[in-house]
Amino acid sequence: MPHPPASAAAAPVVGLRGIEKRFGAMAALERIDLDIARGEFLSLLGPSGCGKSTLLRIVAGLAEPSRGERRIDVASEAGRIGFVFQDPTLMPWSTVFDNVLLPYRLLRHAGRAARERVEAAIAAVGLDGFERAYPRQLSGGMRMRVSIARALVTDPDLLLLDEPFAALDEITRMALNDDLLRLWERYRPTIVFVTHSVFESVYLSNRIAVMTPRPGHIAAEIPIDLPQPRRRELRVSAGYAALCARVSGELARAMEEARA
Amino acid sequence: MSRTRLSRVAAPLAIGLVFLLLWQAVVTIERIAPYILPTPLRVAQSLWMDGPSLLSSLLVTLKVTLAALAAAAFFGGAIALLFSRSRLLELSLFPYAVILQVTPIVAIAPLIIIWVRQPFLALLVCAWIVAFFPIVSNTTLGLNSADRNLIALFRLYGASPGQTLYYLRLPTALPYFLAGLRISGGLSLIGAVVAEFVAGTGGTQTGLAFRILEAGYRLAIPRLFAALFLLSLTGILIYLALDLLSRFLLRHWHESAAGEEEE
Repeated sequence: MPHPPASAAAAPVVGLRGIEKRFGAMAALERIDLDIARGEFLSLLGPSGCGKSTLLRIVAGLAEPSRGERRIDVASEAGRIGFVFQDPTLMPWSTVFDNVLLPYRLLRHAGRAARERVEAAIAAVGLDGFERAYPRQLSGGMRMRVSIARALVTDPDLLLLDEPFAALDEITRMALNDDLLRLWERYRPTIVFVTHSVFESVYLSNRIAVMTPRPGHIAAEIPIDLPQPRRRELRVSAGYAALCARVSGELARAMEEARA
Repeated sequence: MSRTRLSRVAAPLAIGLVFLLLWQAVVTIERIAPYILPTPLRVAQSLWMDGPSLLSSLLVTLKVTLAALAAAAFFGGAIALLFSRSRLLELSLFPYAVILQVTPIVAIAPLIIIWVRQPFLALLVCAWIVAFFPIVSNTTLGLNSADRNLIALFRLYGASPGQTLYYLRLPTALPYFLAGLRISGGLSLIGAVVAEFVAGTGGTQTGLAFRILEAGYRLAIPRLFAALFLLSLTGILIYLALDLLSRFLLRHWHESAAGEEEE
């Protein structure tokens, strides 16, 4: 394995201790303790409204927890964290190239080296030849690829994805799952992936944190010890099916408990 | 050129032609006096005869209109920018912009003409007051409409307020600003004409509005219609020019401008 397993004892990239988040009287998150190891692919799995997106925004530093501690071990300069939203969130007035160049523009490093990296990132998501296209000329899947290229172009230590493929059709989604795995193998960021799909989370992750709502908390953590690198054949293997069944079971049990 | 585009031009033209024919027929059959309602042919005749003098008057009105529109675009945009920078400023000043907007320009034009001695400038101020509001309100809305996730992304990369303005808020606001500009184009023409009406003979140069008044006094109704025709033609041309500008600037990305080329 070219990368350490999730249980590596090295200092975690993200450390959350006793995180709570309230919106007025409503408790969105309660008692979240979570360590994320360097190079790990962690999925936050749960139903809508369980606070996974809120948790992700707290990890990104885009939202402040009401209580608790967030430690993050990335170089302090901006650009070490990449974020992919559920919508592609592209600037419609800019070309694919300019959209992917945006992080460097904002970091004031839009020189020749940056432009080469932009070309490379666009090629890495399979969009070479579309540099000068505008977002409205692209399909939903292609727009999401641009969004991923933009998040990866600065070679971030930490890549956060908030249900990025939820709005795509099943075929595009599977293709993008594989693409994301190849990109992870190539760029080696630590990934936190928010999803409500059991199959997707098992296929992609080293570890799954199952979340339940009202208030949102982590009900179970399940290591996914499927072989690396993951290939399409895995989706029809017995080991994959067994893990999907186990994760589904954990999710159902946690929901049952939350309702009680 | 697609069918829809052809009929976009042809259909209104056909309606206009039918309307003119009916008009001509009714006036001829009913023998309506030309000082009450002239036939379209007589109006055309008058347009041909008085054309040169009417055109020079139109030029005077057009100068006021375009200057007012430019001022509305510049100051309207600047005011909107100020509003977007400071919520307090917007809250405290926006009501006064509304007051200025809802006060009938006819009612305050005499005051402005008394206060501002220079006639051209007085007319300009009147037309500007009518024209600036759509730009202010639209652009303010546009500057505050930036995608929330893009704002979050900008924060993540440590963008300065200036960068957020330049790369995000201004491009977001552009379609709104242009929509405001198209409304203001027509309004600045109306403002200029109303101000000329109020200024009346007080103005040293005679704009088209004054020619309309004068023709009315002299019962030169065909000329009045000819002047009216020129006025609406000007309004249409201003609108078309601004529409073209808007389509050009937004051609790559905005649905309003890019919709047709794919059909």
